Amino acid sequence: MKNLLTIENAGHVYHTPSGETQAVKGLSFSVGEGEFVAVIGPSGCGKTTVLSLIAGLMRPTSGRVTVCGKDAYGGGYRLGYMLQRDELFPWRTTYRNVLLPLELKRHKSHKNKAYALELLKKYGLEDFKKSYPDELSGGMRQRVALIRTLASKPQLLLLDEPFSALDYQTRLLVTGDVCSIIRREKKTAILVTHDISEAVSVADRIIVLTKRPAALKSDYSLGFDPDLSPLSRRERPEFGRWFELLWRELNDENG
Amino acid sequence: MITLARWAVLIALLGVWELAAAVGLIDAFVFSSPSRIFVALKDLTASGELFLHAGVTLAETLIGFIISTAIGTALALLLWWNGRVKQIAEPYLVVLNSLPKIALGPVIIIWFGSGMRAIVVMTVLIGVVVSLMTMLSGFEQTDKGKLLLMRSLGASRMNVLLKLVIPSSLPTFVNMLKINVGLSWIGSIMGEYLVSRAGIGYLIVYGGQVFKMDLVFASTLVLCLLATGMYALVSLLERIVRRH
Ligand SMILES: Nc1ncnc2c1ncn2[C@@H]1O[C@H](COP(=O)(O)OP(=O)(O)OP(=O)(O)O)[C@@H](O)[C@H]1O
Ligand SMILES: [Mg+2]
Repeated sequence: MKNLLTIENAGHVYHTPSGETQAVKGLSFSVGEGEFVAVIGPSGCGKTTVLSLIAGLMRPTSGRVTVCGKDAYGGGYRLGYMLQRDELFPWRTTYRNVLLPLELKRHKSHKNKAYALELLKKYGLEDFKKSYPDELSGGMRQRVALIRTLASKPQLLLLDEPFSALDYQTRLLVTGDVCSIIRREKKTAILVTHDISEAVSVADRIIVLTKRPAALKSDYSLGFDPDLSPLSRRERPEFGRWFELLWRELNDENG
Repeated sequence: MITLARWAVLIALLGVWELAAAVGLIDAFVFSSPSRIFVALKDLTASGELFLHAGVTLAETLIGFIISTAIGTALALLLWWNGRVKQIAEPYLVVLNSLPKIALGPVIIIWFGSGMRAIVVMTVLIGVVVSLMTMLSGFEQTDKGKLLLMRSLGASRMNVLLKLVIPSSLPTFVNMLKINVGLSWIGSIMGEYLVSRAGIGYLIVYGGQVFKMDLVFASTLVLCLLATGMYALVSLLERIVRRH
């Protein structure tokens, strides 16, 4: 498996008027093509910072972050970033929201538009392509946001607690939906979450970060049958074992 | 029901006013009366003066409104675009905003003469700072998450402006128009109080000087109607915008 993302001894310090915050320190790991990795860690440990470094929105203050062999900073690769809220533009219809990334990159060719439309159709949103976001349910909005992310055929998908704004029931359904879409489209994805059961139910691999400053604490390959849906994973005996193990790690006082 | 009550209040007020003047409870010469105002309005209309004065004031207000909106919005865009310029401009804006613009009246008259031009300048001065500040804060309140999304998509600053900042500031723009309509009327009437040979403000001042209270009230009524009409137009625009 080829490495798509490599983080080597990366560190990040925020400089603010009130002082310096070391958010990430000596972090190293890599992600192979087609992997679905969940990143968990205590709250405030630096998870969003790590994603920002991978997304190339900030330059690491030390170490290196490379995607497809190039420095992530500067954004030389096709990135799909799904944020905590869907961030759909309320003045655009579903379809025009989905086209936004293509518009920005001037990739609004016939072929790409057809692909976006095909995704909408495939995931049950075709009838809503002319609807505005406030006419959609929370779960549908997340699906639209995912399709917007996929429409520009990203090489790497980053998801920063994308479901945390939803209530528990919807969240289970949408997590299942979104993750099966990501698997079916064979995308490489990194999901940040603080929900252990969410991480265990969707990922191939789980990376646990230490308390701030974030560094690698442990790295597990879960080894579930890739055809299992998130909901059926929750019913497997391994699920409980993984949950317990990870829960202990997260709540381990020694960081 | 509410409409009915509103009309009832109006009719009752006018009735009491008329009656009080008729029985001599108040001096109709000083306080005027609805019937006298009506006569004054009829005379003004018949002589064509009404349209002349209303036209002049309306023109001053509209021109001032359009110019101050355009300049204010353009400057707000510039300040949003360039943070350095914004930092330099900030103290000047604070001073300009707190300065009562009427204090500049004499300067404006000397620089721009005593005609319509001076009055339009006054109107623009009053409206422009508020439009600028309102729009700038609107631009700056653009949702952080959506800005982050645009950055992650590699959007250029121009695209961020065109596809996110401007569309999301549309409600602020309409609000600014509403505020600016009111300010433009203040500007044009205040300007006419200072210098003018025509306009509703001129009629009011003139009526006061020669003690024709009927004329003063009639002109004020016309002003009310014009200002309400313009506000209604902006409200209509707002309703269109709200529907996407
Ligand atoms: N823009 C910033 N400027 C200064 N400090 C920041 C900034 N962003 C984050 N930090 C600090 O860096 C640390 C890590 O923040 P980060 O948002 O990466 O954590 P997180 O793990 O995503 O947290 P959460 O679980 O709440 O999402 C925190 O202590 C935070 O205060
Ligand atoms: Mg976070």
